[in-house]
This record gives sequence, C-alpha cells and structure tokens, in this order.
Amino acid sequence: MQKLILTTAALALSAGAAFAQDTVRLGTEGAYPPYNYIDDTGEVAGFERELGDELCVRAGLTCEWVTNDWDSIIPNLVAGNYDTIIAGMSITDEREEVIDFTQDYYPPTASAYVAASENVDVLSGVVSAQTATIQAGHVAESGATLLEYATPDETIAAVRSGEADAVFADYDYLLPAVEASNGELMFVGERVPLGGGVGMGIRESDTELLEAMDAGITSMKEDGSLNELLIKWFGEDVQTY
Amino acid sequence: MFDFCADPSVLDRLTWLSCYLTTGKHMAIYWSVGTVLLLLAVTAPTALAFGFGGAVLARSRVAPLRWLGKGYIAIVRGVPDIAFFLFFVIALDQLFEWVRHEVKCPEWENSVWQGNDFIVCQAAKLPLSSAPQWVHEGYGFVLAVITFSIVFGAFAGNVLFGAMRAVPRAQLETAEAYGMSRGQTFRRVLVPQMWVYALPGLSNLWMVLIKATPLLFLLGVEDIVYWARELGGTKTPQFTAYPHGDWRVWYFLALLVFYLGMTKLSEWALTRLQDRLSHGQATASGERLRRDEVTA
Repeated sequence: MQKLILTTAALALSAGAAFAQDTVRLGTEGAYPPYNYIDDTGEVAGFERELGDELCVRAGLTCEWVTNDWDSIIPNLVAGNYDTIIAGMSITDEREEVIDFTQDYYPPTASAYVAASENVDVLSGVVSAQTATIQAGHVAESGATLLEYATPDETIAAVRSGEADAVFADYDYLLPAVEASNGELMFVGERVPLGGGVGMGIRESDTELLEAMDAGITSMKEDGSLNELLIKWFGEDVQTY
Repeated sequence: MFDFCADPSVLDRLTWLSCYLTTGKHMAIYWSVGTVLLLLAVTAPTALAFGFGGAVLARSRVAPLRWLGKGYIAIVRGVPDIAFFLFFVIALDQLFEWVRHEVKCPEWENSVWQGNDFIVCQAAKLPLSSAPQWVHEGYGFVLAVITFSIVFGAFAGNVLFGAMRAVPRAQLETAEAYGMSRGQTFRRVLVPQMWVYALPGLSNLWMVLIKATPLLFLLGVEDIVYWARELGGTKTPQFTAYPHGDWRVWYFLALLVFYLGMTKLSEWALTRLQDRLSHGQATASGERLRRDEVTA
C-alpha cells in the first residue's frame, strides 16, 4: 500500500496544449539514488522527482508519482497503469522497439565497477548487476559471470557479503555508496560508456505527451535549469548540456 | 514525528531509534501490515464462498453445472500460482476496461490494441487516471482479493467436495426417512456435519494463504516484504537523515516473528474450532469429547 505519491499542482494551466487528460501518472522505481529514491518521509525524491515536477509545471499538467518494480516497469507502462517511465532508464534500441523515449535529459552515462579490493578481475570474476539493465547485458557479454538482482541496492550488498567480486552499475549511483563506505568499497577497472543517455519512456501511441515532455526538456536545456539540477544532484563533475 | 527528531545525527541510540522507527517511510510498513491482515480477513471468507460454490456445482445432478464446478476446481488447481497471478490479473483488468470502453466510447474507431499498447478511451480507464492514488491502490487490492479468492477457492472447493462425501450415509438416510427433501437434507444435515471433515484441509489452506501474501507485490500492492527490503537496504548519508548499513536481516527477522506469530495464533484458534465442531459428531474425536464429559 502507500504507493507514495504526491500531486503536483499545475500552476500554468494556460501553458501547453489542450490534453485529453490533465493528470499524468509518472512511474518510477524509487530505489536508485540520486536519480530517484524514497526519502525519510516516504515520498519519491531525487533528481528525477525535481525534473518531473518542473516538466509537468511547464506542460501545464497535474502529475502524480507512482512507484513500480523495475522488472515490470515497461509492461505496466504499456498496459496503461501509468503514463511515463522516469526512472534513470537509458535509451537503447531494444527498448525503443517497445516504447518511445523523449530526448535525453541526462547525457550518455559511464558505468563503472566497484569491488571490495583492488585486485579483482572484472572480466573473469563474478559481477553483480540489476536485472534487465544495460549493465546486466554488458556483463553477460564481457566474459564475467553475471549475478542478477531485482533491486540496485542488492547488487552492492552482494559485493559487501562476498557473493560477487564486483558490482557493475551507473557511476553516479555507485559514487555515494563508495564515498559512504569508509574505504570498504572502491572503483576498479575502466569506466564503460553505455547507452544513449537517459530519457523519459512513453507509450508509442502517446505522441501528444511525448511532444509536450520533449518541449519541456528542450526549454530546460536552453535556460540552463537542467544543468543546475544535474549539478545539484550529481556534483560539479557531472557532464552538462 | 517527535520534535526532538529535527537533527538525528546528535541523538543517543535509543532516541535515535525512536525517531528512526517513526519516519514517514516506516509508517508505510506499519500500514502494509494492516493491508496484509485486511487481505487475509477479506480473502478467507470470499475464497470459502468460491470453494463452497465450486463444491456444490461439482456434485450437481445437472451435467453442465457439474462440468463447470469440476472444470473450475481442476483447471485452477493445475495452473501454477505465479502464472495465474501474472496472467490473470492483467487479463481481468483489461477485460473490465474493454467492457467499459465498449459501453462508454462507442464512437471510438481505433483498435484497443495498437502495437504493444493497450489503449482504451480516457473515460473507460479503471480507475480513471485523474482518480487519487488511494483509488488506484484500492482497485489493485480488490483485484488481489479476487485473484487470491479464485485460486484458493479452487483448493477449498476440492476439500469441501471431499468433506461432503465423507458425511456418513446413515445420517442422510435418517434425514430422508424423516421426510426431508434433498434441499432440506443438504442444509440441515449435510452442511452442518461436513465442516469437521473439511477443517484439516481448510486449515492447511489458511496457513498457505498467510504465507502467500507476499505475492501481493506481483499485483502492484506494496506489502511488508517489499518494505522490509526497501527499508533494510543500505542507506547513505547523502539521501537520508538516518544512514545505516545493510539491515535487511533485522527487518526479515521481524517478518519471521510476524509470520510465526500468525501461525501460532491460527493453530490455537483452529484447535478450538476443531473441538467445537467435533462436539456430538460420530467421529473418533467426537466420541472422545463425549467420554471426557461423561467421566468429568
């Protein structure tokens, strides 16, 4: 229960086209800080929370946040249980076959390996990654043994407990965990650029919403507010537009 | 929740814990305990009703009704629970929406299937996408109750079907000798007496149902197992005022205590029920109760 949702008031009703629907349900995972996570009060928070709220204001929509398991996040979008996926999802050809993406709101990301010791061979050892991610696909092809978990948190826990030699995930997701580990965890190996940036997933038939969100991202890129959000959540080193 | 929780990093351990356990996020897991209990309270009688209906149909003298009852029991018992939960719920939801779509939007020209997408008109959405979130959650909960009831109803149906046959023939013959009709015999003699034969089977089902509640998460209802995993996961200081390591083991221990407590409570209640139902029955345990009373 408590799918933890909030309604964002649409301030500028005059902005944006006349929509068949005025409430848009934003689907996210709620387990992938700093992109999205559940904060202490039990609400969705993070980079994508602020981005999504701003995009809804700009498009004149009322938005509601819904959390959904990562595994079934695409099927539930297609089935119409919510209207967008805004969950740190990289734009890939495989996903493009099933859903549409807006332009990227986060530049093509680097993924990285994190291990509990320096001398881990990430190309032959056991590497954990989240199920149905581009990272899991990469590990499977790299020659390492892939250990899949349903949630991102479990992939790091597997390294701490020794079940996996290393974890492979987005650099930005791993960074706070490494910093907070007091040297227990460290980055190893090369960073790997993967995917075509992070975008918002929308049903292929929902072209109206796709255009509205796309226009919002363009305007946020132009006035620099997207860069501000990126720096706020990912630090000064983040790649900006 | 409390005023002194403003800056948790300076608190001593016990106060820290009292703040930690009362965050908004923890309220969600307490709510979800309520959801699970409510699900059990609603599903058990509904499933029993489904089972009773199935059993009555399965022993009907009208062949098509009998086939329906037997078919229901056989098919649902044969399909793996998880497959049933994943397929049936989505199909049920889409069936509801499709029916509403046909009624409310007759002027709609496009197919409801567009490539991968299932599209119905806005007015046919169930719940409406403008509905508040609690309506969406309530709808998910109702779908969960229906699905659980159909699955467990099939098992209960088989148990009741067997129990109805276990009532001694002599009892029914006596009822007939008194001139009772088939319906009267069924209501006054067969049904009251069958429960004692059904109880062991039904109590098994109840225990399985208690442990099956985490399947709720497959239906999009966030249950206690989801929250235990979410709350127990490592929390880094950047994203919470209450950073901690991997505490999943403690949360799952709490779940263990919860489930064992439920099981113990159920066992106690079921034993009492068994004694009560055996009273005056022509069974070994009924006979023992009678002897105890005579000697007492």
